[in-house]
Amino acid sequence: MNIIVLVKQVPDTSEVKINRETNTLIRDGVPSIINPYDRYAIEEALRLREKHGGKVTAVTMGPPQAVEALKEAVSLGVDDVVLLSDRAFAGADTWATSYALSQGIRKIGDFDLVIAGKQAIDGDTAQVGPETADMLGIPFVAYIRKIEQVEGKKMVAERLMDEGYDVVETSLPALITVVKEINEPRVPSLKGKMKAKSLKVAAWSAADIGADENKIGLRGSPTQVVRIFPPSPRGQREILSGSVEEQVAHLAKKLKAQSLI
Amino acid sequence: MSVKVKPDICTGCESCVSVCPFGAIEMKDGKAFITDACTLCGACVEACEFKAIEKDIEDAGPAKDLSAYKGVWVFAEQHKGEIASVSLELLGEGRKLADKRGSKLSAVFIGSGIKDKAKDLIAYGADTVYVADDPVLKDFNDDSYAAVLTMLATQHKPEIILAGATAIGRSFFPKVASTLYAGLTADCTVLDIDSATGNLHQTRPAFGGNIMATIVTPNHRPQMATVRHKVMKPALRNVARKGEIIDVKFTQAGAVRTKVLKTVDELTETVNICEADIIVAGGRGLGSQKNFLLLEELAKVLGGAVAATRGAVDEGWIPYSHQVGQTGKTVCPKLYIAAGISGAIQHVAGMQSSETIIAINKDPDAPIFNVATYGIVGDVTEVLTAMIKKFREIRG
Ligand SMILES: Cc1cc2nc3c(=O)[nH]c(=O)nc-3n(C[C@H](O)[C@H](O)[C@H](O)COP(=O)(O)OP(=O)(O)OC[C@H]3O[C@@H](n4cnc5c(N)ncnc54)[C@H](O)[C@@H]3O)c2cc1C
Ligand SMILES: Nc1ncnc2c1ncn2[C@@H]1O[C@H](COP(=O)(O)O)[C@@H](O)[C@H]1O
Repeated sequence: MNIIVLVKQVPDTSEVKINRETNTLIRDGVPSIINPYDRYAIEEALRLREKHGGKVTAVTMGPPQAVEALKEAVSLGVDDVVLLSDRAFAGADTWATSYALSQGIRKIGDFDLVIAGKQAIDGDTAQVGPETADMLGIPFVAYIRKIEQVEGKKMVAERLMDEGYDVVETSLPALITVVKEINEPRVPSLKGKMKAKSLKVAAWSAADIGADENKIGLRGSPTQVVRIFPPSPRGQREILSGSVEEQVAHLAKKLKAQSLI
Repeated sequence: MSVKVKPDICTGCESCVSVCPFGAIEMKDGKAFITDACTLCGACVEACEFKAIEKDIEDAGPAKDLSAYKGVWVFAEQHKGEIASVSLELLGEGRKLADKRGSKLSAVFIGSGIKDKAKDLIAYGADTVYVADDPVLKDFNDDSYAAVLTMLATQHKPEIILAGATAIGRSFFPKVASTLYAGLTADCTVLDIDSATGNLHQTRPAFGGNIMATIVTPNHRPQMATVRHKVMKPALRNVARKGEIIDVKFTQAGAVRTKVLKTVDELTETVNICEADIIVAGGRGLGSQKNFLLLEELAKVLGGAVAATRGAVDEGWIPYSHQVGQTGKTVCPKLYIAAGISGAIQHVAGMQSSETIIAINKDPDAPIFNVATYGIVGDVTEVLTAMIKKFREIRG
């Protein structure tokens, strides 16, 4: 079973803070990490390989330093990596990102399953998975929390929904996105780390993947970010005092005034 | 389009370096230098007090003929025939956008045995309802839902299509956007329309809620967006409204690639936390499953739903479908009571836009107090017990 995993390098948003005086993001010292959801994707791919054999390839589109994410994937046990990197990809929104990824995946060719994270923590869009599936012409199933069975050209898995879950059957090849519940990712092995250290990756350019220049990067992106600003700070906060009964009584008055109770 | 630094004006003050949300500005020979990581958001242009950074807008990709696209559409989501509350909010918002633009509001309604509910969508503001009612559309399936919407949008060319940022909306909307080469903005909290150009200004949180971004789709149509629950006012029901219901014949194109074998409801109560006006949420600080029952009691008194942190879900006190936060759900109720919750960024990301937040924690330095409207420093069981008593008295 040949599996492709989509991996994105993101800033660790839990380390990002806002400078309240200047209302700007403080990025100093914010590390770049593999998107946490993509770790579950990598882990699931490795487990499927251990069970069914085959090969796992990690693919990323990003600036040259995104190679670090691929190295980490190798240290975890991924067999092969592909880096899509070209100035012409810069400024891509989810549509143009998905187009580049789908072209890269076509070039890799032989695969049974593509696994992506549910969403990337920098943009939180959750769109690249389904858009890439559409461009590859393969079925898509979101929010997988458990793969029950893979047999021949068929897979049965549990899809997390707002009210519970669905058991879904899909034909293969398919693209799925995974949620945190699916597994507990492993840590890199020593052997993996050694392999990652000596890894040389030659990036694929837009021309290498036969990309239409009108469909990549900023030019190919339907959406444009026109403004970035800090969220309005929350209103006054009030720490209550007095006995528990007094505090609760005070609260009750406030909530009643807002017709909340 | 590109962002450029004018080296003769740049003073090397580095203020642009710290405002760039993408870390795409470096200093080279004492001047700012824009790297490949630039997404052209323009944050640096605004930040530079010397006007040394410019964003030029020529060369913005191939434009389609946009004038053929008219009207605002809402995907009206239903579960077992019940129209989702977020769809009513979208009809309210869609009506406003359509009126500003002088165009019509339509709803797209997909499912099985739902036809008689279509008139409700008219009562809530739709001028036209496209109903695809077919047994094969009973379960949510990306392929078939996307096929219906893509077909209709190709035929009728709406200017805007909105859906709730629900599991379903966020799963199949991207497929439609991909096929139509449309711009899609996820999880919006504010929408506004430029009445002259029809450009939709879509505002959404990014970077775990640390910043807001406004996104437009100037050269492509339709403009698509998913919108969070509870951030827009629901439409008012008016049964006297008139509108048109149009049956859509759905023929499954090609082989069925995915199918739902089984659907399992896991909510311990009937309220979906995304739709609740009042949420009582608990964290590890509750200490035990038994104490967790206090939350349920309080939720009952207030007519609200119970939610939890990942900490509490990991303890096994409540199923994952109740988890709020980055890896759970994003909620926006009128009232959020956070009991025994530390306020980790991953949790706060999912609840910080709640209207009123009450935090109960024994640690006065717990970060949850930073987002709280009202904070109670104290023992959670004691406070919850007192709340249940007091609120019950008031509610009678
Ligand atoms: C990639 C990633 C994604 C994540 N996604 C999510 C997510 O979606 N949602 C989420 O919630 N978390 C998420 N987390 C986990 C998050 O970082 C925190 O670990 C989690 O939110 C903590 O839960 P908690 O507040 O219940 O527990 P704790 O952090 O253990 O806090 C318990 C609090 O209770 C207080 N307390 C204890 N006893 C009492 C008492 N008797 N009375 C009053 N107060 C008391 C303590 O002072 C403390 O502040 C994620 C983490 C990662 C790494
Ligand atoms: N530039 C990228 N390179 C590789 N994979 C990506 C990229 N962007 C997004 N993905 C994949 O798509 C998922 C969803 O991302 P997003 O739509 O940005 O929230 C991520 O978890 C990744 O698996």
